[in-house]
Amino acid sequence: MSTRDVILGRVRRAIADVPRGDTPYEQAVDRSYLPEHGDRSVEETVDLLAENLADYRAIVHRCEAGGLAELIAGLIAGRGSTSVAVPPGLDEAWLAATDVTRVPDRGESTPHELDQVDSVITACAVAIAETGTLVLDGGPDQGRRRITLVPDHHICVVRVPDQVVSSVPQALPRLDPARPLTWISGPSATSDIELDRVEGVHGPRTLEVVLVNDRTVGGN
Amino acid sequence: MSGTFVGMPAFPKAAHEAVYNQTLRGNLRHATHTIRAKRAKAVAEVSDWAELREAGKQIKDHTLRHLDRYLVQLEESVTAAGGIVHWAADADEANRIVTDLVKMTGETEVVKVKSMATQEIGLNEALEAEGIHAYETDLAELIVQLGKDRPSHILVPAIHRNRGEIREIFAREMSEWGRPAPEGLTDTPAELAEAARLHLREKFLRAKVGISGANFMVADTGTMVVVESEGNGRMCLTLPETLISVVGIEKIVPTWQDLEVFLQTLPRSSTAERMNPYTSMWTGTTDGDGPSTFHLVLLDNGRTDTLADEVGRQALRCIRCSACLNVCPVYERAGGHAYGSVYPGPIGAILSPQLRGTASEIDASLPYASSLCGACYEVCPVAIDIPEVLVHLRERVVEGGAVTRDGNKVVLKPAKGHAAERAAMRAARWAFKHPGALRTGQRLASRSRRFHPRSLPGPGAAWSATRDLPTVPSEPFRDWWQRTHGGKDTGK
Repeated sequence: MSTRDVILGRVRRAIADVPRGDTPYEQAVDRSYLPEHGDRSVEETVDLLAENLADYRAIVHRCEAGGLAELIAGLIAGRGSTSVAVPPGLDEAWLAATDVTRVPDRGESTPHELDQVDSVITACAVAIAETGTLVLDGGPDQGRRRITLVPDHHICVVRVPDQVVSSVPQALPRLDPARPLTWISGPSATSDIELDRVEGVHGPRTLEVVLVNDRTVGGN
Repeated sequence: MSGTFVGMPAFPKAAHEAVYNQTLRGNLRHATHTIRAKRAKAVAEVSDWAELREAGKQIKDHTLRHLDRYLVQLEESVTAAGGIVHWAADADEANRIVTDLVKMTGETEVVKVKSMATQEIGLNEALEAEGIHAYETDLAELIVQLGKDRPSHILVPAIHRNRGEIREIFAREMSEWGRPAPEGLTDTPAELAEAARLHLREKFLRAKVGISGANFMVADTGTMVVVESEGNGRMCLTLPETLISVVGIEKIVPTWQDLEVFLQTLPRSSTAERMNPYTSMWTGTTDGDGPSTFHLVLLDNGRTDTLADEVGRQALRCIRCSACLNVCPVYERAGGHAYGSVYPGPIGAILSPQLRGTASEIDASLPYASSLCGACYEVCPVAIDIPEVLVHLRERVVEGGAVTRDGNKVVLKPAKGHAAERAAMRAARWAFKHPGALRTGQRLASRSRRFHPRSLPGPGAAWSATRDLPTVPSEPFRDWWQRTHGGKDTGK
């Protein structure tokens, strides 16, 4: 008998008290918890995202679509970065105002090579206002998971308000579980020393988030 | 359940020693009080906490009641997504599976994400015995590993260490394991975190095999979820070529939607954050991104025995947030080591004696490591009634009875050393069955109350050394009730 059968047999004997007609999953869970907390306008939801990101020490910038390239160029220059990891599908216009060295996200590059890169710039899949969370799903404008992990400086662009949801329950249906997902809420941190939060351990120690208004006149 | 602390004395003895350790008391008091206040604030932010807690409980209960079905479904979805599923009945089998998998890669070192399941089975020691070095990468686990120490908290295994002690361990031990601590390292948390970053980076970058646990496994999609703070988890989950996850079979949730409950309750309960810095979710393998081989080892190790107990099975709802430790007056004073298990605190007091059985002295004493104040139940995000299970397990220790061990029904004998407790309970049962005798006894006690001692003689002296005996009222309640017709007749 395989261990699989042994364990499944033990489970079945252990739950022999459960009646055959036990409440099915659909009715077993009372989902009367809230789909979101509070009543906010679209603008207020974006403001809350900015506030909560900043509360966990992300540096938040806001701009109109037309000012994005300038802003990004400024962030890279301000940081003094000489190289930037770039996912394959990133909108080229975002980097139009900087001549920093682009390091393409390639399958062959080693973690050691990536460790030499100063910054990374990506988009995201969705952002959650209530928790100050960015979710990356490995899409073409976000790249492999490791490029947003090894470099010490991550610039993440969020198209507002389209990519912003209020809450975790609103975020999950917009995500595809088949894709590798990374939820990011502020820069790397730890509570391991005396249960007090300190920012900056293994992940990027600086997280800059650009909220770009995608619904400005002339935009789409 | 192996990998625990062999030869541990029973809880009262271990706790007795711990409470005299001033540094430990100070460290624990500081840390638990810091997190207590923060948690309360984080929970107060969400107005539907009670509903989320109830939903979390119901999801877990439903899953446990149909665990066979969900395990099979999970196996199918993980396999369909490119993962390889293994089953381990106990710690030895799980260790053997993981060791063989690592050996097949030809590697002699692995990086590890903090995982309670691998702590529980003693994986690091098993790997070391086969010449494979396992590097813990969570900051607190690193402190424990470098300090050749034992974990004392579920979330922060080095909670018993203060910043000064951590600095000392880093300065002394890091060079033994790899990159030494920076010269002139001080005890500021930021510098200590920086030292860990530098020390571990070389290990992350060259690692070929990563080992993790998981916080959740989604049956219908095959998705694994790891919540963390530092980014060490992301490193271990994405940089190596091979990933091995060892996960207890109770970690399943049925659907993707179910995560919406736990991703709201877990971070607030454990680190008191709206959301932890990083959460990784992966489903099998992804071409060109992350490990090309993914093994999932499903671990029983006493969980099915726990599941067989209709009262005790609620302990399997636990999502390892550690909120119950942080509020527990006993944990705060005794510290985690006294519990003699990787699961300390209130949840450990009900989990360890069920996973391991109550045969050892320490496990038989754990159900008593509580004042039954109920603070743990109140903060539990999946509403585990810990006091109820503690009382249930006390009964099992004292009275013995039928339990399941390694899948077999066995009958436990009453434990030694509880004869007085049994005699007292028998006497109580007799008295309550004989109202006449009870009445006579109560009246006798009331009338003789002037002569009652303030403390107990003989073996009872230990109990009354720090407590006053309750005073007996001048008139038994039942007499008063009868005399006054339930208090209606007089104001008295």
